[in-house]
Amino acid sequence: MKNELLAELNAERAARRPVIVVTEVPTGAQRLVKIADFAGDPLAAELDRQLRMGKSGMIEAAGRKLFLTVHAPVARLVVTGAVHISQALAPLARSLDYDVTIVDPRTAFASPERFPDIALIAEWPDAALPPLNIDRYTAFVALTHDPKIDDPALLHALARECFYIGALGSRKTHAKRVERLKAQGASEAALARIHSPIGLAIGAVSPAEIAVAIMAEITAVLRLPREAGHAPAAAVTGTAA
Amino acid sequence: MLSRDDDILKTAEQWRNAGHGVALATVMETWGSAPRPAGSHLVINDDGTFLGSVSGGCVEGAVVTEALDVIASGEPRMLEFGVADETAWNVGLSCGGTIRVFVEKVG
Repeated sequence: MKNELLAELNAERAARRPVIVVTEVPTGAQRLVKIADFAGDPLAAELDRQLRMGKSGMIEAAGRKLFLTVHAPVARLVVTGAVHISQALAPLARSLDYDVTIVDPRTAFASPERFPDIALIAEWPDAALPPLNIDRYTAFVALTHDPKIDDPALLHALARECFYIGALGSRKTHAKRVERLKAQGASEAALARIHSPIGLAIGAVSPAEIAVAIMAEITAVLRLPREAGHAPAAAVTGTAA
Repeated sequence: MLSRDDDILKTAEQWRNAGHGVALATVMETWGSAPRPAGSHLVINDDGTFLGSVSGGCVEGAVVTEALDVIASGEPRMLEFGVADETAWNVGLSCGGTIRVFVEKVG
């Protein structure tokens, strides 16, 4: 690996942009493909598939053996609401390799005793969220039931093109939420990206079961191809506007 | 992969900038119950210092020895460790899997 390629690779990774190193075997001839160049690459389909699965692997193309080393940013989960569901959701998400951050201005909820070893920010979303640099590799979940906390956070998540956005609440609650967010300038297309009621329909009742439903839905959006009818997987293709 | 071993490649760059000879080992193929998935990295410098893992500790010693040769020669090589390979038994890939590890010089 050339010094220049290594430096460029590390720069892309530091910026949380997906990148794939293509190595010809056994010669070691190498090139780096940045996410912005995926679509125009001769290996576009293979690059897209490997990145979506988050897996490195050997492929054959035009009679050559090529190894694709996939460097995807660590996925993050940002949650508003240091609530009961979050207490189950945070450790589950972490076991799935997400970096978890919980935001709740109510200090009685956002206490380290309730969330041992989880990053907690006891601030309002307008102060807490911008420094997190939420991006396309972030899943955002709103769980407070309080519009003063959830609404601004949802608008922020939509603006940052989180690969998954979900909000707790019944269809009726969500319909009201959509009206409020529309009044604040959110487009129909953006609002359609919000998963609510949140989580896969598995009949979840307890907080832990709801956490499983939420993480299952996030996993599906992250891993399934776009054709499967889920929200655009902007996180893994980088092609969505 | 969604990898947290982020500082392996950063360390490789730092070692190069400090003037070290450096090799990068990458798991490229696995069969059976290999301990580390394809794409896992081990980085080695000319002191024999290494960071990361290609097998969770089973064959790192052998990979480091080969890496020092690669740093000296500049020629990449593919190593194979598995149950059919007597040396692999010796270095202890006890999980019963087979792995192919590509070792290349950095620089």
